[in-house]
Amino acid sequence: MDFSDSPEEAAFRAKARDWLDANTTRRNGSEKAQDHFMARDADEVARARDWQARKADAGWAGLTWPRAFGGRDATPIEQVIWNQEEGRYAVPPNVFLIGIGLVGPTVMIHGTEDQKTRFLPRALTGEDIWCQLFSEPAAGSDLAGIRTRARREDDEWVISGQKVWTSGAQYSTHGILLARTDPQVPKHKGMTMFLVDMSDPAIETRPIRQISGSSSFNEVFIDNLRVPDSARLGGVSEGWKVALTTLMNERFSISVGRASGGARAEELIDLATRVERNGRPAIEDDEVRARIADFIARQRGLEFTSYRVMTSLSRGQAPGEEGSIGKLLLGKLRQEMGAFGMDLAGTSAGISAKVGDDVARWRNEYLTAPGNRIAGGSDEIQRTIIGERILGLPPEVRVDKDVAFSEL
Amino acid sequence: MNFGFSDEHDAIRDTLARMLRDHATLAVAHDCLEAADGFDSATWTALADGGWLGLAIAEDYGGAAMGAIELAIVAEEIGRSLAAIPFGPVLGLAIPAIQDLGTQSQRENLLPRIAEGRMIVTAALAEDGGSAPERVSAKVLQDRLSGRKSPVSFASDASFAIVAALDEGGTARFYLADLSDPSVSISALDAIDRTRPTSEIVFHDTPVELLPGSDPAAIRTLLDGAAVLAAFEQIGLAERALFLTRDYACERQAFGRQIGSFQAVKHRLADMFAKIELARSNAFFGAWALASGDERLSEAAAVARLAALDAVQFTTEESVQLHGGIGFTWAADPHLFLRRGWQLKAELGLADLWRERLLCNLADGQRAAN
Repeated sequence: MDFSDSPEEAAFRAKARDWLDANTTRRNGSEKAQDHFMARDADEVARARDWQARKADAGWAGLTWPRAFGGRDATPIEQVIWNQEEGRYAVPPNVFLIGIGLVGPTVMIHGTEDQKTRFLPRALTGEDIWCQLFSEPAAGSDLAGIRTRARREDDEWVISGQKVWTSGAQYSTHGILLARTDPQVPKHKGMTMFLVDMSDPAIETRPIRQISGSSSFNEVFIDNLRVPDSARLGGVSEGWKVALTTLMNERFSISVGRASGGARAEELIDLATRVERNGRPAIEDDEVRARIADFIARQRGLEFTSYRVMTSLSRGQAPGEEGSIGKLLLGKLRQEMGAFGMDLAGTSAGISAKVGDDVARWRNEYLTAPGNRIAGGSDEIQRTIIGERILGLPPEVRVDKDVAFSEL
Repeated sequence: MNFGFSDEHDAIRDTLARMLRDHATLAVAHDCLEAADGFDSATWTALADGGWLGLAIAEDYGGAAMGAIELAIVAEEIGRSLAAIPFGPVLGLAIPAIQDLGTQSQRENLLPRIAEGRMIVTAALAEDGGSAPERVSAKVLQDRLSGRKSPVSFASDASFAIVAALDEGGTARFYLADLSDPSVSISALDAIDRTRPTSEIVFHDTPVELLPGSDPAAIRTLLDGAAVLAAFEQIGLAERALFLTRDYACERQAFGRQIGSFQAVKHRLADMFAKIELARSNAFFGAWALASGDERLSEAAAVARLAALDAVQFTTEESVQLHGGIGFTWAADPHLFLRRGWQLKAELGLADLWRERLLCNLADGQRAAN
């Protein structure tokens, strides 16, 4: 039992590091890792495109894609190693995560030859940026409840509806869109997937402001968008099957991605030595000490869980049962640490200059953590998945399973 | 990246698990709960015969000279079996104390007999129920020990004990005491887990031998190692309690369906699973640090212990709850796990102790870095 690379892994890491050293610069100590996949402005999108083109040129884009599609045929553990190494450098955000991680593999399995030639190379080089048009105001956890309609008119499809929580839609060139094509059958059976051009004037994107104050996702309004039948991905009424491929790849992308940065629990020790509680340094308070120690134990648990996931990948296995808990436990831990950091900073001096930065930092942690608990399968959905797929518990009673969507 | 058990490790686990399934059934655990002395000597003998007790003992003393990883596997399976045997006191504490800190003659006298199952050496570290083992008041003057130790597990079945006591300079050291000496009195305590006989021992001018390697740093390392192994024992126990409850939730019907289909039940079982897996990740960290002699052992032991304590308490309490009325009865199984969980907590100290060890350790590390 150890944390070492196998000889092959070490060689891959060295090769990746050599290329990164020659093509970009290391982050300095104080610079935070670029652990998000959202660009803040057009300038960042342009820098991301430039970086992606250089990676693609040198064979470092779409690592796990087959060579036939311009990839490197890399193993999942090599993708993890690349992500770790790239994370040490000052690189722009990976706005291509959805295109390369989710859409590409879906097109490879369900797409026509024409779709593969049209979309795959441009996703790899960063010319196209993709977003995922799945969730809707009335269909989040219950994705199969979508209401966006696609009607056939001769050789075209006419699509109308509303999507929401669409990350990166504001700068995406293309979207993978799930629509209802047959409301007369049960909900999982009447959907079809489309690949759409986001620059079409029938699509309007409006940013949504989150509780943290920033905007990383959008609502997308689709009003009589006309697409040719060649924009259909997979068979008519086979949208759910196609969506499951995308979602499976989303889970994989999350499991090999860099763990969402967030604050380290040890930073609370530093804060607690600088503020007071009950007239003495907070770090001397028993309750403060107990809370911080427990946060550290939980955070270590998540860190070492990620090594267990990597070990499964390194052995050529799918991430095992351990992979499912990281997502469930991370958001709640960040939320509790954020609240505790605010409590600590706040009891001392509110928003005074002395701890003002701390208040802002922990408040931001607290206000962004709910995103971890909701996006990519809410805590509640995660618990159901653990219960049913891992523990083998009986499924939920479903009242909507055999009823036509139009009757629900 | 190789942060997990190998196929060879899995084979060791399977062999031991089969043996334990034959000997240490839950019916035996119920019997031990009713017995005056809950020690399951049949399982202990079977473990000795299979070479498991000497797993980590050097070959010169009749052992198999395996390492911490193999020992962790044994700990987990014994925890899962709920066998009424002194795994932690003997394999977690006494054997490493004698082997790593003792004299040549102590090793020769004791280790072969322990490995063969002919003698039990237990550990008497705590005083007054849960204090830090290195902060004790028992004292040794001119090789004679006086003081009270409690709780001590399996004292009534043990021939010797490793005792933590202050030397003449006031430093906590380990001593070897012969429990058959007339100056030793052992009285049974009313412990929550009667499958784990627990006593108070009073020493009065008892002749003892020093374990010469037992300086404070060595004692800390030994306790860290014991905490890592205990974490695996706790994880085995918690996981069995989870699956016992899962099976019940699949079988029990209410409101026309299996209760495991209700989210209130399903999600609680998922939370048990998550806590156990988090604890397992930290326990792996501990096993790695123990096996490799890494300087982060102290930190690893603390986070392994904290996560294991949390997982066991949550899982065993909710196991009783999700069994409903039957879970509240003496005849049902869930309380066996609940009781053992508390016993494992008492043997190496409460969460408070390990939280402080973690914070002090990190602070020391930070000072060293600066």
